Amino acid sequence: MLDSIINGLVGLTSGFEFLFTQGLPNIIMLCIAAVMFYLAIAKGVEPLLLIPIGFGCFLVNIPLSDVMHEGGILKFLYDMGIATEVFPLLIFVGIGAMTDFGPLLENPRILLFGAAGQFGIFLALLLALAFGFSKVEAVCIGIIGACDGPTAIYVTAQYAPHLLGAVSVAAYSYMSLVPIVQPPIMRFLTSDKERRVRMTVGKPTVSARTRLLFPIVVTLATGFIAPKGLPLMGMIMLGNFLKESGVVSRLTGASENEIANVVTLFLGLAIGGTMDGHKFLTVQTLAIFGLGFVAICVDTAAGVLLGKLMCVLSGGKINPLIGAAGISAYPMAARVAQVLGHKYDKQNFLLMHAMGANTGGQIGSVVAAAVMLSVLQGMKLI
Amino acid sequence: MDNLTFGITMTVVGTGATFFILGILIFVIRLLKTAFPLSLPTEAEKKPQSGGA
Repeated sequence: MLDSIINGLVGLTSGFEFLFTQGLPNIIMLCIAAVMFYLAIAKGVEPLLLIPIGFGCFLVNIPLSDVMHEGGILKFLYDMGIATEVFPLLIFVGIGAMTDFGPLLENPRILLFGAAGQFGIFLALLLALAFGFSKVEAVCIGIIGACDGPTAIYVTAQYAPHLLGAVSVAAYSYMSLVPIVQPPIMRFLTSDKERRVRMTVGKPTVSARTRLLFPIVVTLATGFIAPKGLPLMGMIMLGNFLKESGVVSRLTGASENEIANVVTLFLGLAIGGTMDGHKFLTVQTLAIFGLGFVAICVDTAAGVLLGKLMCVLSGGKINPLIGAAGISAYPMAARVAQVLGHKYDKQNFLLMHAMGANTGGQIGSVVAAAVMLSVLQGMKLI
Repeated sequence: MDNLTFGITMTVVGTGATFFILGILIFVIRLLKTAFPLSLPTEAEKKPQSGGA
């Protein structure tokens, strides 16, 4: 009788025993979860993502937690939505429904900024290869440079699931740090005169029919050339088609509200569940964060440099600052360009043009990922 | 295939194809705008319609 009581009490204390004997990684990760809560609640940094991710991280790092074991709630969410790649694709339907491609359609040449904003992907890929990551792992790390969380999760969950926690947290962290990372690079690469270039907003030129056909032609063009990216582009354009059709307001509303909110919660929890300290705290994770940072800096620099080139070619009609908005972090990157331009000329309003470049960045990041997956398939690596 | 060849191939083909696809999209958007221009309402259409009895 006494033995069974003692055994029962030992069972109740096994969590503490684990914590004191091999629980240092758990303690560190619990602190990281606390930092995520602080950033989300006190600083307002990406709360919709950091709170679920932080709570998933919190749950999985409580000693002897079985939430990510077979049958555990986070493992269930992971298997249901991330291993099957359904969650990032559903998020994309919501993003498509929320995005207004109007400014891009008004001035289509700024779509090129969406290509320049992907240079960091390829530099990060080369550096990852140099650091000893495998080819497919390097592609997944490079995708952080797209500044596009769902795309990074989609690609990594499929081809390097062991890196999912680090890649997705890095991608979302850098998206939220865009207002801090980009301005110094933008200031360094532009002159005072260039920052003051005014861009006028002309009369609207885009018809409702053009807006309606745009998602169809983008899906067709991407699908024919890079079919591996069709699920990504198809879902974002489905969301936009729902919106532009104007006849399914309930579906549009559900995509941008209920579906996006529920999936964001489940996605965040499942990603947090991959952040088990015993697997997450590695040199590899630090390298992934470092490479992601390099990628986003290079994206910004490439966008601004293309902006300078287009400024010259257009006879001074394009403000190079909007080039930095050619990444997928929407609408933060566009706001950064607007705020910086407005700081140097209070009468300068770059927001509409920067929004165009920013939506170009959304398309560009998906196109770049689609191209990389199709090239990998062509090389028989996937 | 060694890592250097892979990295350079991916960079050249990746950036090239991304620019190419976005270039096609720019072209297609311009075609759409030409084929379906925005028709602004005429002065007569702008006038508010008188309400019924």
